[in-house]
Amino acid sequence: MTDSRVRIVSVLPALLGTYGDGGNVVVLERRLAWRGIPVQVVRTTVQDPCPAEGDLYVLGGGEDEAQLLALDVLRTSALRAVLDRGTPLLAVCAGLQLLGSSLAAGSESFVEGLGMVDLTTARLSRRAVGEVVTRPEESTGLNRLTGFVNHGGSTVLGSEARPFGQVLEGPGNAGESDPVEGVLQGSVIGTYLHGPVLARNPALADLLLTRAVGSPLPHLEPGLPEQLHAERLARRG
Amino acid sequence: MLVHRVVFALARLAGLVSRRAGRGAGRTLPGRLALLLRRDSLERLARGRSVVLVSGTNGKTTTTRLLTAALGFAGPVVSNSSGSNLERGLVSALLDAEAGVSAVLEVDEVVLPTAMSSCRPVVVVLLNLSRDQLDRTSEVTFHVKRWREALTLYGGTVVANADDPLVATAVRGARPTEHDVVWVAAGQPWRGDLALCPSCGGAWEELVEPWSCAHCSARRPDPHWALDGGELVAREGSRWSLALALPGRANAANAGMAVAAACVLDVPAEVSVELARSVTDVEGRYLSSRQGDHDLRLLLAKNPAGWLEALSEITSGPAPVVIALNARSADGTDPSWLWDVPFERLAGRRVVVTGERATDLAVRLHYAEVAHEVHPDLRACVQALPPGACDVVANYTAFVQARASLARGLS
Ligand SMILES: [Zn+2]
Repeated sequence: MTDSRVRIVSVLPALLGTYGDGGNVVVLERRLAWRGIPVQVVRTTVQDPCPAEGDLYVLGGGEDEAQLLALDVLRTSALRAVLDRGTPLLAVCAGLQLLGSSLAAGSESFVEGLGMVDLTTARLSRRAVGEVVTRPEESTGLNRLTGFVNHGGSTVLGSEARPFGQVLEGPGNAGESDPVEGVLQGSVIGTYLHGPVLARNPALADLLLTRAVGSPLPHLEPGLPEQLHAERLARRG
Repeated sequence: MLVHRVVFALARLAGLVSRRAGRGAGRTLPGRLALLLRRDSLERLARGRSVVLVSGTNGKTTTTRLLTAALGFAGPVVSNSSGSNLERGLVSALLDAEAGVSAVLEVDEVVLPTAMSSCRPVVVVLLNLSRDQLDRTSEVTFHVKRWREALTLYGGTVVANADDPLVATAVRGARPTEHDVVWVAAGQPWRGDLALCPSCGGAWEELVEPWSCAHCSARRPDPHWALDGGELVAREGSRWSLALALPGRANAANAGMAVAAACVLDVPAEVSVELARSVTDVEGRYLSSRQGDHDLRLLLAKNPAGWLEALSEITSGPAPVVIALNARSADGTDPSWLWDVPFERLAGRRVVVTGERATDLAVRLHYAEVAHEVHPDLRACVQALPPGACDVVANYTAFVQARASLARGLS
């Protein structure tokens, strides 16, 4: 069965969707549809958490207990095969944490993660909350990013992983003094930024879509999303 | 240490001076001062009175207002009617009350456990739990746990919304035999915070109403009272038409909770329903205001659950909608929650937006494919609309601003 539609897989949105991250999927879907590219969104459940045949995967943020359940059902899923194949995946907040080799969540201070990205997450002594501006790694071709973080994780990257961006303002992966934000490894882009991140950073949405489609996207007239991006960057204090 | 009598006299005096000076802080300043001088002020002021506490994420102020009206049938009642629902607001309200006068107090969901141990309420009314200001307060499951712990130590009556699985779980966890629990099927259309069953931790799958868990025995308790459209139905079959002056499903739910609580305190339902009807304005919410050629109706919606109720209220009519959004600390500084609101339902409506975070809202509407215009303030929004009725929906600080500018007049 062939299908020309671009398939966006929203992984376990009921468990990983606490902070409006469902918006990332809406943004991706609309930005394809507005370009006349057929698109299908699959929102998965615990019965079938990660179908193998997607073009772009999105993992959102979630509360601790929900994150642990998501972790459990994803352990035996097709997610590893999806990443081995090099399919792009955006992981936000809790989604980023569970891709690592270990994390702290709920009453557990050490839980084995999925081990798909070289990072570990411990607990922060004080939650990192606030506006963040980063400069993404040059290879992404992206300009500055803006978002809002709210997490209690202290994430440290291993040697296989690279930071997604340098922090220009606000807390990084391991809290206030950490100069790096997010992670890049293989086809994974991970970040702590909410907003949702793709609503605030349309260029990041288009980068993910370009990778999913595999060719340059038709032009989309800049408008409100670009205005919001500029407005949040210009904000001070 | 100063004796309470002196502390309270000082605090009242400070409130009086502050109000004379026209300072807005007059509402909570006396309470703040009293608590500073005597940490146990709330406990002392609550002693010797019949206290009812009303808590939940949405509907606290309105339910408190309706219940205050109902209990007024039996005698004078004091309340923190301005909505100052932290400990200092409770103390401020009680400072103004004579000894022995009953109190109906709305309490922030975070403060509820402290307020319960200080006030020893005769009734606690638990409306609903959903996410609100995630940057400032905790995740919802944390509130469930703290409420359950507080209820375990509590000996009075609980009036609880049976239709909210989070509320019901907190109550049942503390009162497995359900003694002195009055269940009200008041509805809770919002289910966005139920990732897991709060009882067993299994993935939440809701297939039918009333709710039940697919993995364990948790299910909606049998209600003593239920809402049936605009009617309130008691378990034994009596029905009352609510016919409130306050609009919307959520207010019918608030009234159902208030009537059930009043009944515990021996106010007959027909009396409290009648008194609830007399409530026309709650701190400017649902306020109707004629401004030039426009008839405005003001609504407050500050989180996804509140917005879901507001949407069903405003989409039932054809009037244009003005939405005002801020993200100050009292609102929660991260408006990501906008993406959990089904704004798609506004498609086809005339929508104008304003507020300090109007662009965040505009982008949300853009992706929801809802045509809209952005204007610098409420006045410009209203002027852009054709003469006639319009609904103004605002989140907390935007609502306060809107109420003030309507009071001054837009023209
Ligand atoms: Zn269950």
